Amino acid sequence: MKNIFVLVKQVPDTETKIIPKADGSYVEVTNIKWIMNPYDEFAVEQSLLIKTAFPECNVTVVRVGTVSDNECLRTAMAMGADDAILVESEGLIDSFTTAKAIKGAIEKSGRTPDLILSGKQAIDDDALQVPQLLAGLMNLPSVSVVVGFEVAGNVVKLKREVEGGSIEIYELNAPLVVACNKGLNTPRYASLPGIMKAKKKPLAQYKLSDVGVSASDTKVKYHGFQLPPEKPAGKKFDAMDDAKAGAIVKDVVGLLRNEAKVI
Amino acid sequence: MAKILIVSELNQSSLPKSVTIEILGKCKGHQIDVAFVGAGPSEAGSKMLAEYGAQNILVLKSDKLSSYSCEGYSAAVKEVAKSGGYHYIFTGATAAGKDYFPRLSAELQTGLASDVTNFTWEGDKFFGTRPFFAGKCLAKVEMQGSGPHLISIRPNALGMPTEKAAAAGAGKVSDTAVNVSEVKALVKSIIKAASSKVDLTEANVIVSGGRAMKNAENFKILDELADVIGATVGASRAAVDSGFAPHAMQVGQTGKTVSPSLYIACGISGSIQHLAGMRTSKVIVAVNTDPEAPIFTRADYGIVGDLFKIVPILTKEFKALLGK
Repeated sequence: MKNIFVLVKQVPDTETKIIPKADGSYVEVTNIKWIMNPYDEFAVEQSLLIKTAFPECNVTVVRVGTVSDNECLRTAMAMGADDAILVESEGLIDSFTTAKAIKGAIEKSGRTPDLILSGKQAIDDDALQVPQLLAGLMNLPSVSVVVGFEVAGNVVKLKREVEGGSIEIYELNAPLVVACNKGLNTPRYASLPGIMKAKKKPLAQYKLSDVGVSASDTKVKYHGFQLPPEKPAGKKFDAMDDAKAGAIVKDVVGLLRNEAKVI
Repeated sequence: MAKILIVSELNQSSLPKSVTIEILGKCKGHQIDVAFVGAGPSEAGSKMLAEYGAQNILVLKSDKLSSYSCEGYSAAVKEVAKSGGYHYIFTGATAAGKDYFPRLSAELQTGLASDVTNFTWEGDKFFGTRPFFAGKCLAKVEMQGSGPHLISIRPNALGMPTEKAAAAGAGKVSDTAVNVSEVKALVKSIIKAASSKVDLTEANVIVSGGRAMKNAENFKILDELADVIGATVGASRAAVDSGFAPHAMQVGQTGKTVSPSLYIACGISGSIQHLAGMRTSKVIVAVNTDPEAPIFTRADYGIVGDLFKIVPILTKEFKALLGK
Protein backbone atom coordinates (compact mmCIF):
# COMPACT_ATOMS: atom_id res chain seq x y z
CA MET A 1 0.00 0.00 0.00
CA LYS A 2 2.00 2.97 -1.23
CA ASN A 3 -0.18 5.50 -3.01
CA ILE A 4 -3.65 6.43 -1.80
CA PHE A 5 -5.76 9.02 -3.58
CA VAL A 6 -8.81 10.48 -1.81
CA LEU A 7 -11.50 12.31 -3.77
CA VAL A 8 -13.11 15.21 -1.95
CA LYS A 9 -15.82 17.66 -2.90
CA GLN A 10 -16.85 20.93 -1.34
CA VAL A 11 -20.62 21.21 -0.84
CA PRO A 12 -23.10 23.55 0.89
CA ASP A 13 -23.73 22.71 4.55
CA THR A 14 -26.76 20.41 5.03
CA GLU A 15 -28.73 23.15 6.83
CA THR A 16 -28.38 25.50 3.84
CA LYS A 17 -31.54 26.92 2.33
CA ILE A 18 -31.17 26.29 -1.41
CA ILE A 19 -32.26 29.09 -3.76
CA PRO A 20 -32.29 28.48 -7.53
CA LYS A 21 -30.68 31.18 -9.69
CA ALA A 22 -33.12 33.47 -11.50
CA ASP A 23 -32.11 32.00 -14.88
CA GLY A 24 -32.39 28.43 -13.53
CA SER A 25 -28.81 27.58 -14.53
CA TYR A 26 -27.94 26.36 -11.02
CA VAL A 27 -28.43 27.53 -7.44
CA GLU A 28 -27.14 30.66 -5.69
CA VAL A 29 -23.70 29.90 -4.26
CA THR A 30 -22.76 33.25 -2.73
CA ASN A 31 -23.05 33.55 1.07
CA ILE A 32 -23.12 29.81 1.49
CA LYS A 33 -21.37 27.94 4.28
CA TRP A 34 -19.20 25.34 2.53
CA ILE A 35 -18.20 22.07 4.10
CA MET A 36 -16.29 19.01 2.98
CA ASN A 37 -18.89 16.56 1.64
CA PRO A 38 -19.75 14.59 4.83
CA TYR A 39 -19.18 11.16 3.21
CA ASP A 40 -15.73 12.27 1.99
CA GLU A 41 -14.66 12.80 5.60
CA PHE A 42 -14.94 9.02 6.11
CA ALA A 43 -12.73 8.49 3.04
CA VAL A 44 -10.07 10.92 4.33
CA GLU A 45 -10.15 9.32 7.78
CA GLN A 46 -9.83 5.82 6.28
CA SER A 47 -6.77 6.86 4.27
CA LEU A 48 -5.14 8.21 7.43
CA LEU A 49 -5.91 5.03 9.39
CA ILE A 50 -4.18 3.05 6.62
CA LYS A 51 -1.26 5.48 6.63
CA THR A 52 -0.83 4.83 10.36
CA ALA A 53 -0.45 1.12 9.59
CA PHE A 54 1.69 1.69 6.48
CA PRO A 55 3.81 4.77 7.28
CA GLU A 56 5.52 4.76 3.86
CA CYS A 57 2.15 5.39 2.26
CA ASN A 58 1.47 8.75 0.54
CA VAL A 59 -2.03 10.24 0.73
CA THR A 60 -3.05 12.69 -2.01
CA VAL A 61 -6.42 14.47 -1.88
CA VAL A 62 -7.97 15.37 -5.23
CA ARG A 63 -10.73 17.86 -5.88
CA VAL A 64 -12.44 19.17 -9.01
CA GLY A 65 -14.02 22.57 -8.41
CA THR A 66 -13.63 26.32 -8.17
CA VAL A 67 -10.39 27.91 -6.98
CA SER A 68 -12.21 30.09 -4.47
CA ASP A 69 -13.47 28.30 -1.35
CA ASN A 70 -10.72 25.71 -1.58
CA GLU A 71 -10.82 25.04 2.17
CA CYS A 72 -11.59 21.34 2.06
CA LEU A 73 -8.23 20.39 0.47
CA ARG A 74 -6.40 22.29 3.23
CA THR A 75 -8.68 20.67 5.81
CA ALA A 76 -7.82 17.21 4.49
CA MET A 77 -4.10 18.05 4.61
CA ALA A 78 -4.53 19.46 8.12
CA MET A 79 -6.10 16.12 9.10
CA GLY A 80 -2.93 14.42 7.79
CA ALA A 81 -2.98 14.01 3.99
CA ASP A 82 0.42 14.61 2.39
CA ASP A 83 -0.43 16.66 -0.66
CA ALA A 84 -3.30 17.81 -2.84
CA ILE A 85 -4.39 18.30 -6.43
CA LEU A 86 -7.01 20.80 -7.56
CA VAL A 87 -8.51 20.62 -11.03
CA GLU A 88 -10.14 24.00 -11.64
CA SER A 89 -13.64 24.03 -13.04
CA GLU A 90 -16.33 26.67 -13.05
CA GLY A 91 -20.01 26.07 -12.57
CA LEU A 92 -21.82 22.75 -12.64
CA ILE A 93 -20.15 19.84 -14.46
CA ASP A 94 -21.46 16.33 -14.93
CA SER A 95 -20.14 13.15 -13.33
CA PHE A 96 -18.46 11.85 -16.50
CA THR A 97 -16.42 15.06 -16.88
CA THR A 98 -15.50 14.98 -13.18
CA ALA A 99 -14.37 11.34 -13.27
CA LYS A 100 -12.34 11.89 -16.43
CA ALA A 101 -10.68 14.96 -14.88
CA ILE A 102 -9.76 12.96 -11.76
CA LYS A 103 -8.31 10.17 -13.87
CA GLY A 104 -6.20 12.74 -15.75
CA ALA A 105 -5.06 14.36 -12.50
CA ILE A 106 -4.04 11.04 -10.97
CA GLU A 107 -2.07 10.15 -14.11
CA LYS A 108 -0.37 13.56 -14.07
CA SER A 109 0.81 12.96 -10.49
CA GLY A 110 3.09 10.22 -11.84
CA ARG A 111 2.08 7.89 -9.01
CA THR A 112 0.26 4.63 -9.61
CA PRO A 113 -2.70 4.35 -7.21
CA ASP A 114 -2.98 1.34 -4.92
CA LEU A 115 -6.21 2.65 -3.48
CA ILE A 116 -8.66 5.38 -4.47
CA LEU A 117 -11.14 6.41 -1.77
CA SER A 118 -14.16 8.67 -1.91
CA GLY A 119 -17.47 9.25 -0.20
CA LYS A 120 -20.37 7.13 -1.50
CA GLN A 121 -22.14 10.25 -2.78
CA ALA A 122 -21.85 14.02 -2.78
CA ILE A 123 -24.79 15.66 -1.06
CA ASP A 124 -25.16 18.42 -3.67
CA ASP A 125 -25.93 16.56 -6.93
CA ASP A 126 -26.58 13.19 -5.20
CA ALA A 127 -25.54 11.50 -8.45
CA LEU A 128 -23.65 8.57 -6.85
CA GLN A 129 -21.60 8.15 -9.98
CA VAL A 130 -18.01 9.38 -9.78
CA PRO A 131 -16.29 6.54 -7.85
CA GLN A 132 -17.71 3.74 -10.02
CA LEU A 133 -17.32 5.82 -13.19
CA LEU A 134 -13.67 6.46 -12.34
CA ALA A 135 -13.15 2.75 -11.65
CA GLY A 136 -14.66 1.96 -15.05
CA LEU A 137 -12.48 4.53 -16.82
CA MET A 138 -9.34 3.22 -15.06
CA ASN A 139 -10.32 -0.43 -15.46
CA LEU A 140 -10.19 -1.02 -11.70
CA PRO A 141 -12.70 -2.88 -9.55
CA SER A 142 -14.84 -0.81 -7.17
CA VAL A 143 -16.93 -1.40 -4.07
CA SER A 144 -19.44 1.24 -2.95
CA VAL A 145 -21.40 2.05 0.23
CA VAL A 146 -18.60 0.57 2.34
CA VAL A 147 -19.06 0.34 6.11
CA GLY A 148 -16.20 -2.02 7.03
CA PHE A 149 -12.56 -1.86 5.94
CA GLU A 150 -9.53 -4.03 6.71
CA VAL A 151 -6.17 -4.09 4.96
CA ALA A 152 -3.81 -7.08 5.19
CA GLY A 153 -0.81 -6.61 2.91
CA ASN A 154 -2.20 -6.17 -0.55
CA VAL A 155 -5.58 -7.71 0.31
CA VAL A 156 -8.51 -5.49 1.19
CA LYS A 157 -11.56 -6.83 3.07
CA LEU A 158 -14.68 -4.73 2.74
CA LYS A 159 -18.26 -4.68 3.98
CA ARG A 160 -20.81 -3.13 1.64
CA GLU A 161 -24.28 -2.15 2.85
CA VAL A 162 -27.16 -3.15 0.56
CA GLU A 163 -30.96 -3.10 0.71
CA GLY A 164 -32.58 -3.49 4.10
CA GLY A 165 -29.26 -3.29 5.96
CA SER A 166 -27.82 -6.60 4.69
CA ILE A 167 -24.04 -6.66 4.32
CA GLU A 168 -22.01 -8.05 1.41
CA ILE A 169 -18.46 -9.14 2.21
CA TYR A 170 -15.73 -8.55 -0.38
CA GLU A 171 -12.09 -9.60 -0.33
CA LEU A 172 -9.88 -8.48 -3.19
CA ASN A 173 -6.45 -7.29 -4.15
CA ALA A 174 -5.44 -3.65 -4.55
CA PRO A 175 -5.59 -1.55 -6.67
CA LEU A 176 -9.25 -0.67 -6.35
CA VAL A 177 -11.74 2.16 -5.79
CA VAL A 178 -13.75 2.27 -2.54
CA ALA A 179 -16.72 4.57 -1.88
CA CYS A 180 -17.25 5.05 1.86
CA ASN A 181 -20.48 5.32 3.87
CA LYS A 182 -21.26 6.84 7.26
CA GLY A 183 -20.43 4.44 10.09
CA LEU A 184 -17.10 3.31 8.59
CA ASN A 185 -15.03 5.28 11.12
CA THR A 186 -15.07 8.48 13.16
CA PRO A 187 -13.35 11.29 11.25
CA ARG A 188 -10.74 13.16 13.29
CA TYR A 189 -10.59 16.92 13.72
CA ALA A 190 -7.60 18.77 12.35
CA SER A 191 -5.16 19.71 15.13
CA LEU A 192 -3.65 23.19 15.37
CA PRO A 193 -0.13 21.96 14.43
CA GLY A 194 -1.83 20.03 11.59
CA ILE A 195 -3.43 23.23 10.32
CA MET A 196 -0.06 25.05 10.45
CA LYS A 197 1.69 22.19 8.61
CA ALA A 198 -1.04 21.99 5.98
CA LYS A 199 -0.24 25.51 4.80
CA LYS A 200 3.18 24.32 3.62
CA LYS A 201 2.05 21.08 1.98
CA PRO A 202 2.15 20.98 -1.84
CA LEU A 203 -1.00 21.75 -3.81
CA ALA A 204 -0.80 21.11 -7.57
CA GLN A 205 -3.28 23.02 -9.69
CA TYR A 206 -4.49 22.10 -13.18
CA LYS A 207 -7.06 23.31 -15.67
CA LEU A 208 -9.57 20.87 -17.15
CA SER A 209 -7.69 21.06 -20.48
CA ASP A 210 -4.43 20.07 -18.70
CA VAL A 211 -5.98 16.76 -17.63
CA GLY A 212 -7.42 15.86 -21.02
CA VAL A 213 -11.03 17.03 -20.57
CA SER A 214 -12.91 18.90 -23.28
CA ALA A 215 -16.47 20.16 -23.78
CA SER A 216 -17.38 16.99 -25.70
CA ASP A 217 -16.98 15.00 -22.45
CA THR A 218 -20.21 16.51 -21.15
CA LYS A 219 -22.75 13.69 -21.37
CA VAL A 220 -25.53 15.08 -19.20
CA LYS A 221 -26.77 18.69 -19.09
CA TYR A 222 -28.66 20.09 -16.10
CA HIS A 223 -30.79 23.24 -16.32
CA GLY A 224 -34.12 24.66 -15.21
CA PHE A 225 -33.30 24.54 -11.50
CA GLN A 226 -36.41 25.33 -9.48
CA LEU A 227 -37.89 24.74 -6.06
CA PRO A 228 -40.20 21.75 -5.79
CA PRO A 229 -43.91 22.60 -5.77
CA GLU A 230 -45.18 23.47 -2.29
CA LYS A 231 -47.89 21.28 -0.87
CA PRO A 232 -51.01 23.03 0.37
CA ALA A 233 -51.21 23.21 4.15
CA GLY A 234 -52.51 20.04 5.73
CA LYS A 235 -54.89 19.43 8.62
CA LYS A 236 -53.62 19.75 12.17
CA PHE A 237 -55.31 18.25 15.22
CA ASP A 238 -54.62 19.03 18.87
CA ALA A 239 -54.42 15.75 20.76
CA MET A 240 -52.53 16.93 23.86
CA ASP A 241 -55.64 16.22 25.93
CA ASP A 242 -55.58 12.46 26.59
CA ALA A 243 -59.36 12.34 26.72
CA LYS A 244 -59.59 13.49 23.10
CA ALA A 245 -56.60 11.61 21.68
CA GLY A 246 -58.51 8.39 20.95
CA ALA A 247 -61.20 10.09 18.87
CA ILE A 248 -58.69 12.26 16.98
CA VAL A 249 -56.46 9.34 16.05
CA LYS A 250 -59.51 7.39 14.91
CA ASP A 251 -60.47 10.36 12.68
CA VAL A 252 -56.97 10.57 11.17
CA VAL A 253 -56.92 6.84 10.42
CA GLY A 254 -60.34 7.28 8.76
CA LEU A 255 -59.00 10.17 6.66
CA LEU A 256 -56.02 8.08 5.56
CA ARG A 257 -58.43 5.43 4.31
CA ASN A 258 -61.23 7.59 2.84
CA GLU A 259 -59.64 10.92 1.89
CA ALA A 260 -55.95 10.16 1.20
CA LYS A 261 -56.69 6.55 0.16
CA VAL A 262 -53.25 5.30 1.16
CA ILE A 263 -54.19 2.48 3.50
CA MET B 1 -40.31 5.37 -31.71
CA ALA B 2 -37.29 5.00 -29.46
CA LYS B 3 -35.74 1.60 -28.85
CA ILE B 4 -35.57 1.07 -25.11
CA LEU B 5 -34.05 -1.55 -22.83
CA ILE B 6 -35.14 -1.75 -19.18
CA VAL B 7 -32.77 -3.74 -16.99
CA SER B 8 -34.89 -5.25 -14.23
CA GLU B 9 -34.33 -7.10 -10.98
CA LEU B 10 -36.51 -9.73 -9.34
CA ASN B 11 -38.34 -9.35 -6.05
CA GLN B 12 -38.67 -12.22 -3.55
CA SER B 13 -41.56 -13.74 -5.56
CA SER B 14 -39.53 -13.86 -8.81
CA LEU B 15 -41.65 -11.03 -10.22
CA PRO B 16 -40.00 -7.95 -11.72
CA LYS B 17 -39.47 -5.19 -9.14
CA SER B 18 -42.30 -2.67 -9.35
CA VAL B 19 -39.99 0.10 -10.59
CA THR B 20 -39.76 -1.87 -13.86
CA ILE B 21 -43.53 -1.62 -14.32
CA GLU B 22 -43.41 2.08 -13.41
CA ILE B 23 -40.84 2.65 -16.19
CA LEU B 24 -42.79 0.52 -18.68
CA GLY B 25 -45.87 2.67 -18.05
CA LYS B 26 -43.96 5.86 -18.81
CA CYS B 27 -42.38 4.47 -22.00
CA LYS B 28 -45.68 3.44 -23.53
CA GLY B 29 -45.63 3.69 -27.34
CA HIS B 30 -41.91 2.97 -27.70
CA GLN B 31 -40.30 -0.35 -28.52
CA ILE B 32 -39.34 -1.85 -25.18
CA ASP B 33 -37.27 -4.89 -24.25
CA VAL B 34 -36.63 -5.97 -20.67
CA ALA B 35 -33.42 -7.66 -19.51
CA PHE B 36 -32.61 -9.63 -16.36
CA VAL B 37 -29.09 -10.50 -15.29
CA GLY B 38 -28.46 -14.11 -14.24
CA ALA B 39 -32.01 -15.35 -13.60
CA GLY B 40 -35.28 -14.49 -15.34
CA PRO B 41 -38.78 -13.90 -13.97
CA SER B 42 -41.48 -16.48 -13.26
CA GLU B 43 -44.13 -17.14 -15.91
CA ALA B 44 -46.48 -14.73 -14.11
CA GLY B 45 -43.67 -12.18 -14.15
CA SER B 46 -43.06 -12.36 -17.90
CA LYS B 47 -46.83 -12.26 -18.52
CA MET B 48 -47.05 -9.08 -16.45
CA LEU B 49 -44.20 -7.51 -18.43
CA ALA B 50 -45.91 -8.37 -21.72
CA GLU B 51 -49.18 -6.82 -20.52
CA TYR B 52 -47.34 -3.55 -19.92
CA GLY B 53 -45.80 -3.63 -23.38
CA ALA B 54 -42.51 -5.59 -23.18
CA GLN B 55 -41.51 -7.18 -26.49
CA ASN B 56 -38.42 -9.28 -25.80
CA ILE B 57 -37.44 -10.46 -22.34
CA LEU B 58 -33.73 -11.21 -22.31
CA VAL B 59 -32.12 -13.27 -19.58
CA LEU B 60 -28.40 -12.54 -19.66
CA LYS B 61 -26.42 -15.67 -18.84
CA SER B 62 -22.82 -16.34 -17.94
CA ASP B 63 -21.21 -18.52 -15.29
CA LYS B 64 -19.88 -15.28 -13.74
CA LEU B 65 -23.37 -13.89 -13.10
CA SER B 66 -24.60 -16.23 -10.37
CA SER B 67 -24.28 -13.44 -7.80
CA TYR B 68 -24.20 -9.65 -8.06
CA SER B 69 -20.99 -7.89 -9.04
CA CYS B 70 -20.51 -4.36 -10.33
CA GLU B 71 -18.07 -5.50 -13.02
CA GLY B 72 -20.11 -8.55 -14.08
CA TYR B 73 -23.45 -6.76 -14.39
CA SER B 74 -21.85 -3.85 -16.19
CA ALA B 75 -20.10 -6.16 -18.69
CA ALA B 76 -23.28 -8.17 -19.31
CA VAL B 77 -25.51 -5.15 -20.00
CA LYS B 78 -22.77 -3.53 -22.09
CA GLU B 79 -22.84 -6.47 -24.46
CA VAL B 80 -26.59 -6.33 -25.17
CA ALA B 81 -26.53 -2.51 -25.19
CA LYS B 82 -24.24 -2.67 -28.19
CA SER B 83 -25.79 -5.58 -30.06
CA GLY B 84 -29.38 -4.45 -29.43
CA GLY B 85 -28.93 -0.93 -30.84
CA TYR B 86 -30.86 0.68 -27.96
CA HIS B 87 -31.31 4.45 -27.73
CA TYR B 88 -32.03 4.42 -24.00
CA ILE B 89 -31.28 1.95 -21.20
CA PHE B 90 -33.26 2.31 -17.97
CA THR B 91 -32.97 0.67 -14.59
CA GLY B 92 -34.23 1.25 -11.05
CA ALA B 93 -32.01 3.31 -8.73
CA THR B 94 -31.72 0.32 -6.38
CA ALA B 95 -28.59 -0.74 -4.46
CA ALA B 96 -27.42 -2.63 -7.57
CA GLY B 97 -28.56 -0.03 -10.14
CA LYS B 98 -26.84 2.77 -8.25
CA ASP B 99 -23.66 0.70 -8.09
CA TYR B 100 -23.09 -0.62 -11.61
CA PHE B 101 -24.83 1.85 -13.95
CA PRO B 102 -22.06 4.47 -13.44
CA ARG B 103 -19.50 1.83 -14.46
CA LEU B 104 -21.60 1.03 -17.51
CA SER B 105 -21.53 4.77 -18.32
CA ALA B 106 -17.71 4.64 -18.33
CA GLU B 107 -17.60 1.49 -20.43
CA LEU B 108 -20.08 2.75 -23.03
CA GLN B 109 -18.67 6.31 -22.86
CA THR B 110 -22.23 7.65 -22.66
CA GLY B 111 -24.03 9.68 -20.00
CA LEU B 112 -26.07 8.52 -17.03
CA ALA B 113 -28.93 10.53 -15.55
CA SER B 114 -29.19 9.01 -12.08
CA ASP B 115 -32.09 8.90 -9.63
CA VAL B 116 -34.55 10.51 -12.06
CA THR B 117 -37.99 11.07 -10.50
CA ASN B 118 -40.03 12.02 -13.57
CA PHE B 119 -39.65 12.22 -17.34
CA THR B 120 -41.49 12.97 -20.55
CA TRP B 121 -40.90 12.23 -24.22
CA GLU B 122 -40.90 14.62 -27.15
CA GLY B 123 -40.89 12.19 -30.02
CA ASP B 124 -37.85 10.04 -29.35
CA LYS B 125 -36.13 12.50 -27.06
CA PHE B 126 -36.06 12.02 -23.32
CA PHE B 127 -36.57 14.97 -20.96
CA GLY B 128 -36.01 14.12 -17.30
CA THR B 129 -36.37 15.76 -13.91
CA ARG B 130 -34.21 14.85 -10.96
CA PRO B 131 -33.72 16.22 -7.46
CA PHE B 132 -30.57 18.02 -6.30
CA PHE B 133 -29.64 18.60 -2.65
CA ALA B 134 -31.80 15.63 -1.61
CA GLY B 135 -34.87 17.27 -3.13
CA LYS B 136 -34.43 20.82 -1.87
CA CYS B 137 -34.59 21.73 -5.55
CA LEU B 138 -35.31 20.04 -8.88
CA ALA B 139 -33.46 20.26 -12.19
CA LYS B 140 -34.20 19.29 -15.76
CA VAL B 141 -31.81 16.77 -17.27
CA GLU B 142 -30.96 16.28 -20.94
CA MET B 143 -28.65 13.70 -22.44
CA GLN B 144 -25.79 14.89 -24.68
CA GLY B 145 -24.00 13.16 -27.54
CA SER B 146 -24.80 9.78 -28.99
CA GLY B 147 -26.43 6.93 -27.03
CA PRO B 148 -27.25 4.56 -25.65
CA HIS B 149 -28.18 7.01 -22.89
CA LEU B 150 -28.44 5.58 -19.39
CA ILE B 151 -31.17 6.50 -16.93
CA SER B 152 -31.81 5.22 -13.42
CA ILE B 153 -35.25 5.80 -11.93
CA ARG B 154 -36.03 6.24 -8.24
CA PRO B 155 -38.44 3.51 -7.10
CA ASN B 156 -41.99 4.72 -6.22
CA ALA B 157 -41.42 8.12 -7.87
CA LEU B 158 -43.21 7.65 -11.21
CA GLY B 159 -46.15 5.72 -9.77
CA MET B 160 -47.68 2.58 -11.22
CA PRO B 161 -49.37 2.93 -14.62
CA THR B 162 -53.15 3.24 -14.28
CA GLU B 163 -53.76 0.96 -17.23
CA LYS B 164 -51.99 -1.77 -19.18
CA ALA B 165 -50.55 -1.24 -22.66
CA ALA B 166 -53.17 -0.89 -25.43
CA ALA B 167 -51.46 -3.71 -27.31
CA ALA B 168 -49.62 -6.23 -25.16
CA GLY B 169 -46.00 -6.88 -26.11
CA ALA B 170 -44.86 -10.27 -27.32
CA GLY B 171 -43.13 -10.91 -23.98
CA LYS B 172 -40.88 -13.47 -25.61
CA VAL B 173 -38.39 -14.86 -23.11
CA SER B 174 -34.98 -15.94 -24.34
CA ASP B 175 -31.64 -16.69 -22.76
CA THR B 176 -28.80 -14.58 -24.10
CA ALA B 177 -25.25 -15.75 -23.47
CA VAL B 178 -22.95 -12.86 -22.62
CA ASN B 179 -19.21 -12.79 -22.35
CA VAL B 180 -18.06 -11.64 -18.90
CA SER B 181 -14.32 -11.61 -18.36
CA GLU B 182 -12.61 -11.62 -14.98
CA VAL B 183 -14.58 -10.18 -12.03
CA LYS B 184 -12.21 -8.85 -9.36
CA ALA B 185 -14.71 -7.50 -6.80
CA LEU B 186 -16.95 -10.47 -6.10
CA VAL B 187 -19.24 -10.94 -3.09
CA LYS B 188 -17.68 -13.59 -0.87
CA SER B 189 -20.56 -13.90 1.56
CA ILE B 190 -23.62 -12.03 2.75
CA ILE B 191 -24.70 -11.19 6.29
CA LYS B 192 -28.50 -11.02 6.10
CA ALA B 193 -30.21 -8.24 7.99
CA ALA B 194 -32.39 -9.31 10.90
CA SER B 195 -35.41 -7.70 9.24
CA SER B 196 -36.81 -9.09 6.00
CA LYS B 197 -38.69 -5.88 5.27
CA VAL B 198 -38.27 -3.95 2.02
CA ASP B 199 -35.59 -1.30 2.02
CA LEU B 200 -36.57 2.23 2.99
CA THR B 201 -35.82 3.47 -0.53
CA GLU B 202 -38.36 1.04 -1.99
CA ALA B 203 -40.88 1.00 0.88
CA ASN B 204 -44.48 1.97 0.23
CA VAL B 205 -45.14 2.85 3.87
CA ILE B 206 -42.59 4.19 6.37
CA VAL B 207 -42.83 4.86 10.11
CA SER B 208 -39.94 7.01 11.37
CA GLY B 209 -38.81 7.98 14.84
CA GLY B 210 -36.83 11.02 15.97
CA ARG B 211 -34.97 12.25 19.01
CA ALA B 212 -38.20 12.16 21.06
CA MET B 213 -38.07 8.35 20.94
CA LYS B 214 -35.57 8.79 23.83
CA ASN B 215 -33.82 5.42 23.34
CA ALA B 216 -33.41 2.42 21.04
CA GLU B 217 -35.72 0.24 23.13
CA ASN B 218 -38.69 2.55 22.49
CA PHE B 219 -38.48 1.90 18.74
CA LYS B 220 -40.41 -1.30 19.42
CA ILE B 221 -43.65 0.71 19.52
CA LEU B 222 -42.86 1.84 15.96
CA ASP B 223 -42.08 -1.78 14.99
CA GLU B 224 -45.51 -2.81 16.29
CA LEU B 225 -47.23 -0.11 14.23
CA ALA B 226 -45.09 -0.98 11.20
CA ASP B 227 -45.99 -4.67 11.43
CA VAL B 228 -49.70 -3.84 11.29
CA ILE B 229 -49.50 -1.60 8.20
CA GLY B 230 -46.63 -3.37 6.41
CA ALA B 231 -44.23 -0.49 6.90
CA THR B 232 -40.44 -0.22 7.08
CA VAL B 233 -39.08 1.66 10.10
CA GLY B 234 -36.83 4.68 9.61
CA ALA B 235 -35.16 7.24 11.86
CA SER B 236 -34.07 10.86 11.82
CA ARG B 237 -30.42 11.90 11.96
CA ALA B 238 -30.93 13.06 15.54
CA ALA B 239 -32.10 9.56 16.50
CA VAL B 240 -29.20 7.91 14.64
CA ASP B 241 -26.58 10.28 16.07
CA SER B 242 -27.99 9.61 19.56
CA GLY B 243 -27.44 5.89 18.97
CA PHE B 244 -31.16 4.91 18.95
CA ALA B 245 -30.99 3.41 15.45
CA PRO B 246 -28.31 2.32 12.91
CA HIS B 247 -27.37 4.58 9.98
CA ALA B 248 -29.03 2.14 7.56
CA MET B 249 -32.34 3.43 8.97
CA GLN B 250 -31.55 7.14 8.54
CA VAL B 251 -33.88 9.22 6.37
CA GLY B 252 -32.58 12.59 5.21
CA GLN B 253 -29.88 14.33 3.24
CA THR B 254 -27.07 12.26 4.76
CA GLY B 255 -29.20 9.13 4.89
CA LYS B 256 -31.80 7.73 2.54
CA THR B 257 -34.08 9.72 0.30
CA VAL B 258 -37.50 8.09 0.32
CA SER B 259 -40.82 8.50 -1.47
CA PRO B 260 -43.41 6.18 0.06
CA SER B 261 -47.18 6.56 -0.31
CA LEU B 262 -47.43 7.10 3.44
CA TYR B 263 -44.78 8.51 5.78
CA ILE B 264 -45.54 8.64 9.50
CA ALA B 265 -43.05 10.87 11.39
CA CYS B 266 -43.07 10.30 15.14
CA GLY B 267 -41.24 12.74 17.40
CA ILE B 268 -39.35 14.27 14.48
CA SER B 269 -39.13 18.06 14.52
CA GLY B 270 -38.36 18.28 10.78
CA SER B 271 -34.92 19.82 10.18
CA ILE B 272 -34.21 21.01 6.62
CA GLN B 273 -32.04 17.98 5.91
CA HIS B 274 -34.75 15.54 7.11
CA LEU B 275 -37.54 17.24 5.16
CA ALA B 276 -35.34 17.06 2.05
CA GLY B 277 -35.11 13.30 2.39
CA MET B 278 -38.84 12.58 2.71
CA ARG B 279 -40.65 15.49 1.05
CA THR B 280 -41.67 13.46 -2.00
CA SER B 281 -43.74 11.14 0.21
CA LYS B 282 -47.29 11.23 -1.10
CA VAL B 283 -49.01 11.55 2.27
CA ILE B 284 -47.23 12.65 5.44
CA VAL B 285 -48.54 12.16 8.98
CA ALA B 286 -46.66 13.88 11.81
CA VAL B 287 -46.91 13.26 15.53
CA ASN B 288 -45.13 15.80 17.74
CA THR B 289 -45.74 17.55 21.05
CA ASP B 290 -44.51 20.91 19.68
CA PRO B 291 -47.27 22.54 17.59
CA GLU B 292 -44.64 24.84 16.03
CA ALA B 293 -42.38 21.97 14.83
CA PRO B 294 -41.40 22.51 11.14
CA ILE B 295 -42.58 18.97 10.30
CA PHE B 296 -46.17 20.26 10.56
CA THR B 297 -45.59 22.59 7.59
CA ARG B 298 -45.10 19.48 5.43
CA ALA B 299 -47.65 17.18 7.04
CA ASP B 300 -50.96 16.38 5.40
CA TYR B 301 -52.25 15.24 8.78
CA GLY B 302 -50.57 16.65 11.87
CA ILE B 303 -51.31 15.32 15.32
CA VAL B 304 -50.06 17.52 18.15
CA GLY B 305 -49.57 15.02 20.91
CA ASP B 306 -47.20 12.70 22.75
CA LEU B 307 -46.02 9.92 20.46
CA PHE B 308 -45.92 7.45 23.36
CA LYS B 309 -49.69 7.91 23.70
CA ILE B 310 -50.59 8.45 20.04
CA VAL B 311 -48.60 5.64 18.38
CA PRO B 312 -50.23 2.79 20.36
CA ILE B 313 -53.66 4.24 19.50
CA LEU B 314 -52.65 4.42 15.81
CA THR B 315 -51.62 0.76 15.99
CA LYS B 316 -54.94 -0.19 17.60
CA GLU B 317 -57.03 1.82 15.08
CA PHE B 318 -55.12 0.47 12.04
CA LYS B 319 -55.58 -3.07 13.42
CA ALA B 320 -59.33 -2.47 13.65
CA LEU B 321 -59.47 -0.91 10.17
CA LEU B 322 -57.47 -3.68 8.53
CA GLY B 323 -59.26 -6.41 10.47
CA LYS B 324 -56.05 -7.76 12.02
